[in-house]
Amino acid sequence: MTCILETRSLNKEFGAVIAAKDLNVQINKGEVVGVIGSNGAGKTTFINMVTGYLKPTRGEILFNGKSIMGHSPRAITRAGMARSFQVAQLFPEMTVLDNLIVALAAAESARPSFLSPLRSDARIARAEEILKEFGVENYRDSLVTAVPQGARKLVDIAMALIGNPQMLLLDEPTSGVSMDEKTGLMDTVMNAVRQHGVTVLFVEHDMDVVERYVSRVLAFYSGEIIADGEPAAVLADQQVRDLVTGHRPTTKQGNGAS
Amino acid sequence: MRLDKTEISLGLVALACVLFGFVSPGWLIFLLTIALAKALVVQGVVMQMRSGLVSFGQGLFYCIGGYTVGMGGQFFGIHDAIAALSLGMFVAIVIAMLLGLLLTRYREIFFAMLSLAFSMILFGILVKSQELGSTDGFNVHDWTLFGWAPEAGAGSQHTVFTMTVVAGLIVAVLLHRYTKAGVGVICEAVRENEVRVEYLGLSPRWLLYGNYVAAAAVSALGGGLTALATGHVDPEMAYWTTSGEFVFIALLGGLGHVAAPFIAAIVFSFVRTYAIEFVPHTWQMILGFTLLAVIIFLPKGLWSLVSREKTGERA
Ligand SMILES: Nc1ncnc2c1ncn2[C@@H]1O[C@H](COP(=O)(O)OP(=O)(O)OP(=O)(O)O)[C@@H](O)[C@H]1O
Ligand SMILES: [Mg+2]
Repeated sequence: MTCILETRSLNKEFGAVIAAKDLNVQINKGEVVGVIGSNGAGKTTFINMVTGYLKPTRGEILFNGKSIMGHSPRAITRAGMARSFQVAQLFPEMTVLDNLIVALAAAESARPSFLSPLRSDARIARAEEILKEFGVENYRDSLVTAVPQGARKLVDIAMALIGNPQMLLLDEPTSGVSMDEKTGLMDTVMNAVRQHGVTVLFVEHDMDVVERYVSRVLAFYSGEIIADGEPAAVLADQQVRDLVTGHRPTTKQGNGAS
Repeated sequence: MRLDKTEISLGLVALACVLFGFVSPGWLIFLLTIALAKALVVQGVVMQMRSGLVSFGQGLFYCIGGYTVGMGGQFFGIHDAIAALSLGMFVAIVIAMLLGLLLTRYREIFFAMLSLAFSMILFGILVKSQELGSTDGFNVHDWTLFGWAPEAGAGSQHTVFTMTVVAGLIVAVLLHRYTKAGVGVICEAVRENEVRVEYLGLSPRWLLYGNYVAAAAVSALGGGLTALATGHVDPEMAYWTTSGEFVFIALLGGLGHVAAPFIAAIVFSFVRTYAIEFVPHTWQMILGFTLLAVIIFLPKGLWSLVSREKTGERA
């Protein structure tokens, strides 16, 4: 198996707070990795460092064997690592369709055109396909501000996938989404991801969701990885039960949303 | 090149303006010329507002456009109007490419103040330049158009008016396309969510930079035309109150349509002319109240009067 993402002794300190401590992670191509950990454990910080949003205090990050330390988020995105956000990051005053069209144009070229129309027939057609694939075609012409959380999350993830990334990092894809919508959302996402053959790492508080989709779990606690392995093993781990899942490895409440 | 409905309408309005030029009195021609030329500068302000940046120093490029036309004629023997205007745009582009490197690092009030600072630096330099007439400025040399020299006075004024209308039309059509094209739309996306733009693999700075430089060129064209129309340039063009006026007109018109700055500039010129004539000591107050009324009742600018009517028709 080839390693797609590797971090070596990755550290991040915010003043006295240690948000990442000696993180040594290796993710292989094609894996679906779940990241668990209570609020403030350092999960988002990990994603932010790996995607170039935060500068690590120390350490090394390799993507496809090459260092991406100090690279900008856009360079890392172009290199094939995309992400979604804990709070969906969209263009709120644009329609859902336009959000996707902007993403499509961005995927085509890093230097958009000054005069040829952004909303070309080809892009509109492609965006409509994506709307269907993600089951949000009803919101085609709605402004993002008028769209429910779950659909926003899907659009956010759809936009990340438009650039055909090799790896996708999802920060709490199901947060802010009602209990019964979660599985539907994750099924949609995982279907899309499988079609694209993307390696996935996602942060999740709901252990049911984790068990259902992942082949491997990383458990974060206070900036450290305290367990790494198959879901069953990690969720049964005493330390994980004490510090992360709170003795309820498979309850519906999971750990609650942040 | 296919024209859409808006572009055809713009063309018809421009044609009507040119024809109107033949029958209208001189003072009105002059007022409209200045208003339309200023509207071009305002287009530059609006382009940046769409990307979330307020330039309080667009007078910089207005002044560069004007002074380049003036200096080209006085010192470098460039008497052809088109050549002089093009040179003004070129100089503005070069300077914008330099300043843009620094300015695109800043947002919000920092961008506004820094853009203001650069225009005030130019103002300071011009005031200190005795050869350029210091605070008085200097007159623009008589100019020609493709070798033809319009007779001084009314003839020249009429020619500048027609040139300004044509320039306005070209800019309006280009901007109409620009606002729907990649850079134009994605600049709005930068205003809405810069982080997302970055995570789509695009450089917000590159987009803002391209937009800034394009806006500078458009504004310089407005400055050059103003110089041709008034036959005079002075440092006031780069003074902060001039830039403030451009922002004022931009707010008056709104961002709703490429025609809005033209309409707003014309309304502004009329309000100011009549306010000065009838209440010479309180005309600023009248302008103030006008803007206040627009912000309160038409937060999207005068253009919302037009678009409101349209939606009413459809309903
Ligand atoms: N920009 C920042 N400045 C200062 N401290 C920060 C910053 N970002 C994160 N932290 C701190 O780093 C720690 C890890 O935060 P992080 O957001 O990575 O947690 P998380 O695991 O994503 O939590 P949650 O489940 O709430 O999203 C927390 O203590 C947080 O307060
Ligand atoms: Mg988080």
